[in-house]
Amino acid sequence: MIRWLMSLIVAVSLALPAWAQGLHDAVTTFTLDNGMQVVVVEDHRAPAVQHMVWYNVGSADEPPGKSGIAHFLEHLMFKATETMESGEFSQVVAAQGGRDNAFTSYDYTAYFQRVAADRLGLMMEMEADRMVNLRLTEQEVETERNVIIEERNSRVENNPRALFGEQMNAVQYYNHGYGIPIIGWKHEIEKLGRQDALDFYETFYAPNNATLIVSGDVTPEEVRELAESHYGPIPANPDLPPRLRTSEPPQTAARRLSFADPRVAQPYVARSYLAPARDSGAQEKAAALTILAELLGGGTTSHLAEELQFDNEIAVYSGAFYDGTALDETTFDIIVVPGAEVSLEDAEAALDAALAGFLDEGIDPEDLDRIKMQLRASQIYGQDSADGIANRYGRGLTTGLTVADVQAWPDILQATTEQDIIEAARAILRPEASVTGWLMSAEEASQ
Amino acid sequence: MTRLIAIVALWFAALPAWAAVEIEEVTTDSGITAWLVQEPAIPFTALELRFRGGTSLDRPGQQGAVNLMTGLLEEGAGEMDARDFARSRDALAASFRYSAGDDSVSVSARFLTENRDEAVALLRESLVAPRFDADAIERVRAQVLSGLASDARDPNYLARQGFDAMAFGDHPYGAPGRGTIDSVRALTREDIVQAHRDVFARDRVYVAAAGDISPEELKTLLDRLLAELPETGAPMPGPAEITIPGGTTVISFDTPQSVAVFGQEGIAQDHPDFFPMFVLNQILGGGSFESRLMEEVRVKRGLTYGVYSYLAPREWAAVYLGSVASANERIAEAIAVIRDEWAKAAADGVTGEEVEAAKTYLTGAYPLRFDGNAQIASIMAGMQMQGLPIDYIATRNDKVRAVTVEDVNRVAAEYLTPDGLHFVVVGQPEGLDGS
Repeated sequence: MIRWLMSLIVAVSLALPAWAQGLHDAVTTFTLDNGMQVVVVEDHRAPAVQHMVWYNVGSADEPPGKSGIAHFLEHLMFKATETMESGEFSQVVAAQGGRDNAFTSYDYTAYFQRVAADRLGLMMEMEADRMVNLRLTEQEVETERNVIIEERNSRVENNPRALFGEQMNAVQYYNHGYGIPIIGWKHEIEKLGRQDALDFYETFYAPNNATLIVSGDVTPEEVRELAESHYGPIPANPDLPPRLRTSEPPQTAARRLSFADPRVAQPYVARSYLAPARDSGAQEKAAALTILAELLGGGTTSHLAEELQFDNEIAVYSGAFYDGTALDETTFDIIVVPGAEVSLEDAEAALDAALAGFLDEGIDPEDLDRIKMQLRASQIYGQDSADGIANRYGRGLTTGLTVADVQAWPDILQATTEQDIIEAARAILRPEASVTGWLMSAEEASQ
Repeated sequence: MTRLIAIVALWFAALPAWAAVEIEEVTTDSGITAWLVQEPAIPFTALELRFRGGTSLDRPGQQGAVNLMTGLLEEGAGEMDARDFARSRDALAASFRYSAGDDSVSVSARFLTENRDEAVALLRESLVAPRFDADAIERVRAQVLSGLASDARDPNYLARQGFDAMAFGDHPYGAPGRGTIDSVRALTREDIVQAHRDVFARDRVYVAAAGDISPEELKTLLDRLLAELPETGAPMPGPAEITIPGGTTVISFDTPQSVAVFGQEGIAQDHPDFFPMFVLNQILGGGSFESRLMEEVRVKRGLTYGVYSYLAPREWAAVYLGSVASANERIAEAIAVIRDEWAKAAADGVTGEEVEAAKTYLTGAYPLRFDGNAQIASIMAGMQMQGLPIDYIATRNDKVRAVTVEDVNRVAAEYLTPDGLHFVVVGQPEGLDGS
């Protein structure tokens, strides 16, 4: 059975590049006179659109001592403007049968609505309004601050794995905002006020710091006309500060930490390494690391699964993760969840042995082919979601990439060689740029 | 609770946006029926199989058998061990997801047109010839046990499980679908093989496909995939007796934020009052920012990040559930506000304006749920399982539109039971008396 299947597979993979290369995102891009960039992703299968505005600002752009303000402002953007009541924005979207929400990350803050295609103009009108006309009352800011404190409770304080992750990140970065949680440190959130939000808003929310992305049943001409009429009249902010981030000094000390919490039932070892991000015109290293994560820890067929879950019964789960879509240096992460009878010490030693083995043995070309095949296929599957494509562009354009960079990415992945990957692995898997963390139950810690 | 939400979502998701695209019913030579939406624009197919029964088919003392069995389907089949199987699947860039829910085991597959036959041959092996190798059983059992240990210290899980145990007692719904640490430890290979026989049978399978495949191709594919399954499986568990007394249960757990699951008896999907209840729930605690619970608990008072309610008409019991989480010192106030809103809605009803806004939202949001081939296939399989007609989609919004404020206020008075609303709270809540 298996041999028969494998022979078919070989024939199929040889035939694949033809369609993979013929596939392009149905994407159009242009810029308004005020500097607002526009991306249109066409998909005419259903009469719906997603309208998104992405601001080039996230938690890593926050002033010192104001952690959480980017996310707090995101919440407050649903309050009143000069012409809309507090909460009216979402009410209007709902009254159109639409859905709306927003999200904040290290490098971006985005707002979106999904509605019937003929409601796009109304969405733009309201989004353009709140780009410049937000009005906040002290009372609303106070109440909403309690909401984000409860959000932090739900996401972080009630979850020891999230608390542990915060500590890992804080230790990984000596000198960069990625070391501070997106939602903010609790003691700083508690002190955020109305003026902090308005300062941040007035500094960063402007058309020349935003990207409009519309996906779905629209044409670029329609979007251009609507965008010029709704966003076009908003003047660019001439005082928009350049996006200057602090950068990491050379990292020369391996760091370790352990975090114990009585709510932990399943201990594990986490390891993070400082790693380069995708840079405009230079995405090759990031491409190599993307494939490295798959080879090392991307599921049942990965190196760590082989070594730690199959050949040796060290772990119940292992994985490696890397997402290069970031403005500044990011991390390459590994996790090993040991079996019931295995200590964290042994799990960590087995991880290090497996990493060393990977670098020694090199890469099996069949493994690389399999991953490239999956990457090619993901382009096909990805066409099923215009919103997913829109998201890819939004994340890319707010982290320093161009439309051309986003479009070039699949080919760069396919061009990555075994040697590129091993070189990239050697360059980042350096103990002195790493953090190793043990998440422990309280019982273990007291032993 | 995620599972419950999924069930409700499935029922309402359907496709006026795609209404021009007919759902076609296909019957294979061997007699398997499937619903198909052809969408040739992208060269792949999403295939959804639902086997009715799910973890509720666990035999007494063998809780978790169906879940463990489901987790083992991709861990070796036919002549392939776990790794051979994974390599073959990955090399085809196909994706197979197997998951065990309360009411069904679902198999969600996605494969390219280019290598459809090979992908389906592989999927077939996992369904009809899983090996259940001893080493695979131990490996997956260890993963399940690790998850169960974590569940035991997860306030969200404890609240859900606490509510289910109270509400459903000895019915399978009252037991954790993944089993307990003791029950999973005790499962033998024979139990797993038995669970496989119990679940996978032709008398309980519902099939839907969306994507780049013709009716003829689908027929051939399905006969190859399913024809060898046995005709019948295990008997269904039958209706659950629901016991939800009013009050509050506190499960003590040392964590800063209390998590609460609340609920009362619900209403079945085929009940004539279901649509008025559905509109009522949208107003009271449906997923949007506009609900009364969100407005009162979050927007006005800042007591929570999220508060929701939803109808959960499961196969063997219908309940009406909700959830909220607030800091230990504030949860009592959040609960008081929710109880108050429940009582207000029962006593005073809602306004015509609220009903119109809810109906506009519900009918308008309907097409937006159809968001790709996999979602469409999943929705169509769910519709079949719930016994909905193939033309249901064309009439669904009319049923929502037909609901009047009088209907909503009648069902609010009749079915909302403020005194029968029970809260299970996990945390160190202050100022709450719980049994």
